[in-house]
Amino acid sequence: MWIYLKPALLGLITLFAALAANFARDLSYQVHAIIILAVAGALFVWSVRRIDEPAPVPDQTAYMDDVIRAGVIATAFWGAVGFLAGTWIAFQLAFPQLNFEFLQGIGNFGRLRPLHTSAVIFAFGGNALICTSFYIVQRTSAARLWGGNLAWFVFWGYQLFIVLAATGYLLGGTQSKEYAEPEWYVDLWLTLVWVAYLAVFLGTLIKRKEPHIYVANWFLLSFIVTVAMLHVVNNLSIPVSIWGSKSVQVFAGVQDAMTQWWYGHNAVGFFLTAGFLGMMYYFVPKQAERPVYSYKLSIIHFWALIFLYIWAGPHHLHYTALPDWASTLGMVFSVILWMPSWGGMINGLMTLSGAWDKLRTDPVIRMMVVSIGFYGMSTFEGPMMSIRAVNSLSHYTDWTIGHVHSGALGWNGMITFGCLYFLVPRLWNRERLYSLSLVNWHFWLATIGIVLYAASMWVTGIMEGLMWREVDAQGFLVNSFADTVAAKFPMYVVRALGGVLFLAGALIMCYNLWMTVKAQPAKAAVMAPAE
Amino acid sequence: MSDKDKKNEHGYGTTGHEWDGIEEWNNPMPRWWVWTFYATIFWGVLYTIAYPAWPLVNKATGGLLGYSTRAEVAQQISDVEARNAELETQLASADLTQIAGNDALQNYAVQGGAAVFRANCSQCHGSGGAGVQASGYPNLLDDAWLWGGTIEQIAYTVRHGIRNEQSPDARWSEMPAFGTDEILTDEQIGQVVHYVRKISDQDHDAAQAAAGEAVYLDQCAGCHMEDGIGDPENGAPNLTDAIWLYGGDVASLTETIHDSRFGVMPAWSAEYRPAGGLSDSEINAVAAYVHQLGGGE
Repeated sequence: MWIYLKPALLGLITLFAALAANFARDLSYQVHAIIILAVAGALFVWSVRRIDEPAPVPDQTAYMDDVIRAGVIATAFWGAVGFLAGTWIAFQLAFPQLNFEFLQGIGNFGRLRPLHTSAVIFAFGGNALICTSFYIVQRTSAARLWGGNLAWFVFWGYQLFIVLAATGYLLGGTQSKEYAEPEWYVDLWLTLVWVAYLAVFLGTLIKRKEPHIYVANWFLLSFIVTVAMLHVVNNLSIPVSIWGSKSVQVFAGVQDAMTQWWYGHNAVGFFLTAGFLGMMYYFVPKQAERPVYSYKLSIIHFWALIFLYIWAGPHHLHYTALPDWASTLGMVFSVILWMPSWGGMINGLMTLSGAWDKLRTDPVIRMMVVSIGFYGMSTFEGPMMSIRAVNSLSHYTDWTIGHVHSGALGWNGMITFGCLYFLVPRLWNRERLYSLSLVNWHFWLATIGIVLYAASMWVTGIMEGLMWREVDAQGFLVNSFADTVAAKFPMYVVRALGGVLFLAGALIMCYNLWMTVKAQPAKAAVMAPAE
Repeated sequence: MSDKDKKNEHGYGTTGHEWDGIEEWNNPMPRWWVWTFYATIFWGVLYTIAYPAWPLVNKATGGLLGYSTRAEVAQQISDVEARNAELETQLASADLTQIAGNDALQNYAVQGGAAVFRANCSQCHGSGGAGVQASGYPNLLDDAWLWGGTIEQIAYTVRHGIRNEQSPDARWSEMPAFGTDEILTDEQIGQVVHYVRKISDQDHDAAQAAAGEAVYLDQCAGCHMEDGIGDPENGAPNLTDAIWLYGGDVASLTETIHDSRFGVMPAWSAEYRPAGGLSDSEINAVAAYVHQLGGGE
């Protein structure tokens, strides 16, 4: 039945996309319709041509690793793209001439900035989460992924989402909500993909052979479920026309702002924290070959973390139209969140007890440890910045940017690099990585890059916060805004150089992983059975 | 299954579960972690009692301290206003020419005017007041004044602006577009350009300049004066100095004469700008500030 339904469905989508491309009211929508037309049309032809061929029957006792291999490649690719975009816009901030006149409306900072954030968070981070979660849930459930090719739908569907989001930003298709910029039809598509992701993950958990669910899977499941909820609520909007990308938000004013930051903060909390803790809980004990430090701690900090995180969003809106009570609650829950966040750091670091010597010999574990260190630092810094008095200095300054990047580059980036170094030899069945010394280079380039980035943003952020609020004896402001911008220039250059180092490290990693697959001898084939 | 009898160096075993080779120690939670967690919760409860926090049916709890961010800001603003009240009243009704003689008032006006300038004027005139040369944003540091450099003239210009639709009393003059409106031929424009370069002591073609003098006296001298020193009554710039609002090279001068220019400055008085306009005392302050920058007359 499905083999006939699928071409019919694809044909309908192709037809609709052709109509949409014709009636399109704006460029972004039109380009997207053409992309969908091409993808659906090609799939239509392909599925029609294969309609009489017998479908290949995969070995149901083996892990489904093809989709994970694709995910590893996508993670490395989007990582490089996202870091490159970030480095470029860092230079644009330092040297505005790089907002070239001939690229206005496409290549200026305003269009590239969401491209950078989405590429790093959703393309790099999202692919890392999807592929590692598929790897972890299979190994810790001793079961093949549920749903057959549904996992492939999740993978390719997510890549399509990324392409639609990125091209939309460049062409002006944005609903202007930070980290939720894609317009309504892209949101609908992501919802569909995400529900499929949840089904694959949950289905695999349900058919697990282990009696208990491993802690990594708690975090990953909480990440998938919460992100679905956040995504749907924050993107509630009514399209102006079915043939255009513009839509109108359902919420307005301060309610819209609060919904946005409930979403934005928990994108950090569940996407970049809970999900990545799931990765940490599997790959750190595996790489260290030590038991997880404390089961009790993992239970308590898991439930405390997911309970508390969801309330902390209002701290993004201190001293705004948001009522004081909401602002207080956001701050209080953020401060209480400090220890639950650190629970993950303790469990990660202490897992190494008895194996600290590996830090000297294994650059991969070193990478993971540094990432946990940055995790601990930014989860201390976050609650501190949520305190109203601190926030009155830090808000709207580069300190926030530095904070986000010590989390994103240090924690999310480094733990993902560690996972990729762990995964590639295993997934491609290689004896070892091509070069540990290149891992070392990557480690130091990335670490120094992050230090340059975070330190320069602390300096410039606190400086501009102090300059903005500086008043003379009679209460008059001392600095003009342009003065504060001019004063930041040297730190902007340092930040951009930090980005160059981090990007260089990531490119070295890509080369190293490529050579691992290409040049390292294959291990004697021992297929680990799922059952 | 894992080895149930395995113990770590603290004497704790594992939970007995194993996933893909991963086990879990039964270590207790670190005490410092637990107690710090409790302490933050305890602090959190106290804080929400002290400050506005818990939403109820119609409104939220107000907190024992009666704190409000808006009240705090209002208090800070009114503190400053109370402290400055006397000077503020003096400034609002001051005879502008007398401000400089009163040290306390002059200091207050210049400091306050500087803040007004940074927030409202620096976008065009630069945060130091030097303008943007040859781009139509006048330098306020020199002693060349399009519309007059006395403190009263400056205050009038700030209050009403130049060539805008907001204030009926805006300073207004309009140089004809001699080329576009076909008042002069291109040849005549070329001649007068060289004449202007001659009276401003720049390289010029002597023959053209000589021919341009007649054109100048006929068409330009009415506003720019026969000797080219300009007229602040009409906003007509002095053409004999080295200061050029739009550039003194041949190409810029040709463009100016051919197409004319139409530089606009907004009217800053709150009377004409209901949102974000300046009060009388702010106008006086910024006038005092600009006047003492170096070129005030």
